[in-house]
Parts: sequence; structure tokens; C-alpha cells
Amino acid sequence: MPKITYISHDGKKKIVDVPTGLSVMEGALQNNIDGIDADCGGSMACATCHIYVSENWVNKIEKIHDAEQDMLDMAYEPKKNSRLSCQIIVSNDLDGLEVTTPIKQT
Amino acid sequence: MIKTDAIIIGAGPTGLFAVHQLGIIGLKCEVVDNLDRAGGQCIELYPDKPIYDIPAVPECTGEDLTNNLLKQIEPFKSNFHLGERVEEIKQENNIWILKTNKGNFFSAPNIIIAGGVGSFEPRKLALKEAEKFEGNQIFYSVSNKDQFQNKKISIFGGGDSALDWALELSKKNEITLIHRRTEFRGAAHTLNEIKQKEKEGKIFVKTPYNLKSIEGNKTMTGIEIEHEDGKIEKIKTDYILSFFGLIMKLGPIADWGLNIDKKTIPVNTETFETNKKGIFAIGDICTYPGKLKLILSGFHEGALAARACFKRAKPNETYRFEFTTASKNIHDRLGVKK
Repeated sequence: MPKITYISHDGKKKIVDVPTGLSVMEGALQNNIDGIDADCGGSMACATCHIYVSENWVNKIEKIHDAEQDMLDMAYEPKKNSRLSCQIIVSNDLDGLEVTTPIKQT
Repeated sequence: MIKTDAIIIGAGPTGLFAVHQLGIIGLKCEVVDNLDRAGGQCIELYPDKPIYDIPAVPECTGEDLTNNLLKQIEPFKSNFHLGERVEEIKQENNIWILKTNKGNFFSAPNIIIAGGVGSFEPRKLALKEAEKFEGNQIFYSVSNKDQFQNKKISIFGGGDSALDWALELSKKNEITLIHRRTEFRGAAHTLNEIKQKEKEGKIFVKTPYNLKSIEGNKTMTGIEIEHEDGKIEKIKTDYILSFFGLIMKLGPIADWGLNIDKKTIPVNTETFETNKKGIFAIGDICTYPGKLKLILSGFHEGALAARACFKRAKPNETYRFEFTTASKNIHDRLGVKK
């Protein structure tokens, strides 16, 4: 099962197994990862599952599309490596993915 | 004090259908919602996005769904208290007394919380120092555009609200429009108008920039914005308008002594009652094993909660299950003409 590393804003790492086919957001909720709210439940309508993807992974995950980019405008302190974790689907290729949660979501 | 059989908190699809389910079994209700119109997340978050999983409705938008539900509950003539939020509740004997932020009081044996993920509030600026200028020089919505004349206004955001207000206020003010990336989300003609105003020197567009700091102690005098590449620019500013959409906050519901688990309220799936007698939770805000956050689940939950409300509203009457196809009582309540 792919391992995903969730890093909190102050650097605490938590490595969890996330089944392929789930989103990085769902992986976080199922493993009680703090810092991801996911208010809208994954319908790309709220920007509260915002995460920063580690630089070396940015080009390895599927490219961001317009609707996600539009929603990220609403996120708390978005950066170039910002993504909505509900839109990243875990696959074997993402084994080892590292994401950092922002200081807060709203 | 408004007396009724049930107060519904939240006018999203789940709350609206609960009005229907209460109505056909002969119960009266009043609906309170913080937003200024009915529809909840459907209308605020995705009015134009098609929904494909409403039973027997192959496709509809959030707006269609809301309008159809409003039509379906018309016969019951329930009162809507919009732009109003229930702040406090207390129990007297078996009756709940509710107080809203507008100072209105309601009393009912039942409260149905259909509050979604909470009430919508504008998303605020990330900077801590923004707080002290809020309401004076920093605004998250515009209630009176005439207060802005011959001023320097910095507008943050990349969507319709930011663009529309930039255009409108540029008639009498100097506007700087600041956005974190070069693309804006807006209708083509709006974007063309912005470009035109930029050429005329009425609107300065700054992308890709983010707010870095706010200058001034008692009065805000200016801001610093930071380019994606780290370059910092100072801008003289009398007002900041910030349009980063809405967030959902559980709000006062969190203080009512209800069990709360990760922003949701556990319920008994027979009645959708919470840990407080006479308080029910339905729709996205409730949780139970197997809960799906779907509109159709909210409809089912409302149907069961409504039946449970009957026993508390009319303790001396016997509830009898009836079908809408065959019941004369229901036809009368719906105003069906024979």
C-alpha cells in the first residue's frame, strides 16, 4: 500500500498507508491527520483541504486543472506548490508522496 | 415570541424538504438561516453546477433544486427568517426557546438542525493586523459603495466579486486589483473591461502578488505586496476590499451542549434525535455509522425526524402513517383540488 507522509506546519511528520484509489484528503481524515478540514467533503467547493506538495513531487502528480486552481484562490496562503488534497488520487506511483498542511485552513 | 411545532435551522435542501415532511403530517414550522436566501451550499457554493444524483431528476443545478423545493413546500406557507442566526437556546419545561442575533424569540418543542457544515462567513485576510482595521478600512463585502469617493482602494481576489467591484468603484476611486496569479476567474466581457480601465489608468492590476503587510497604527496608510519572485512593492491604500469567498463555521451550535464529533453531531438513526431531547440533526451536519453526505440522505433523515417531532408536538394525538397518493388529510394540507 502506498505510504503518504503528512507534515504539519511545524514540521511533525506522520507516515500512513493509504489505499490506492482514495484521495490524499480521505487518507488524512481516515488517519486523524490534523490540519485538513475538508468541509465540503471533496466536491471541490471549499478549499479547506489545501496542502503544499513537496517540491520533488510537484511534477510527478497529475497536473492541476482550472477549476482546482480557481478554488485555490480562496485557500489560506496559497503558494506555487499548493493543491487541494481531495483532487490527488493515491496510486502506486505516489508511494512516498510528502505533503505539508498549512498553518490553518480558514 | 413566535410559537410553532418545530424550528428548522438551515434552509438548504435538507431543511427545505423537512418543511415538506412536517407539513404533510400537519405540523407547522419556521425556518431560520444565516444567509439572505434559501438554498444553502447548493446556492452559495455551486448554483450552476449540475447535480446528477437526485432520485428521479437526471440532472439539475443547485439553483433548480432549490427553486423546485421551494415550490414543493409553498402550500405549507412556512415563514422564513433569512439573514438571521440562532444564537442561544434554552429549555423551559419541554419547550425550547430560541433567540436570534436580531433579538427575535421562538418557542417550539422541536428544533431540527439542518445546518450543513455551519453558517457561511466571509473568508478573512490571513494577516493578524488586518483585524484592527476590519469594519473601518478593511471590508469583506460592500454595503454602501458611496462611502468610497476619491480614495485609494486595494482589492484582493480573482473572482467575480473582486472584478465587479473593481470596475464599479473605479468610476470614482483609484483601484489596485491584486491577485495571487495572472489568471482571473471572470466573464470575458468583464476581463475586457478591466483591461480597458487598466489602459485608461483607472485600475492598476498587480499579479502575481500576495498581501505581505499592512502599514499604519491607528489608521491604515498603506500595504506591502509581495511578487511571486519575492519582490516587494508598497502601495498607498485608504481601504482594502478582500473577496476570498465564504467559509463555513459551526458557530453558536457548538455551545448548545450537543455531542459534537469533528464538526458533526451524532444522532440516533431511528429518529435523528441528538443527545438532547427534542433537538434533531439532519443532512451534512449529522453523523452515524455509514453516513453519506448526500442530498438524498438528507431527505430521508428529514422524513424520519419529522415523524419524531410529531410525538413531542402533539403528545395526545396518535400519529398515523399515510401516503400522499391516498390521504385526504394530506391532500387538504397540500391544497389539492378534487
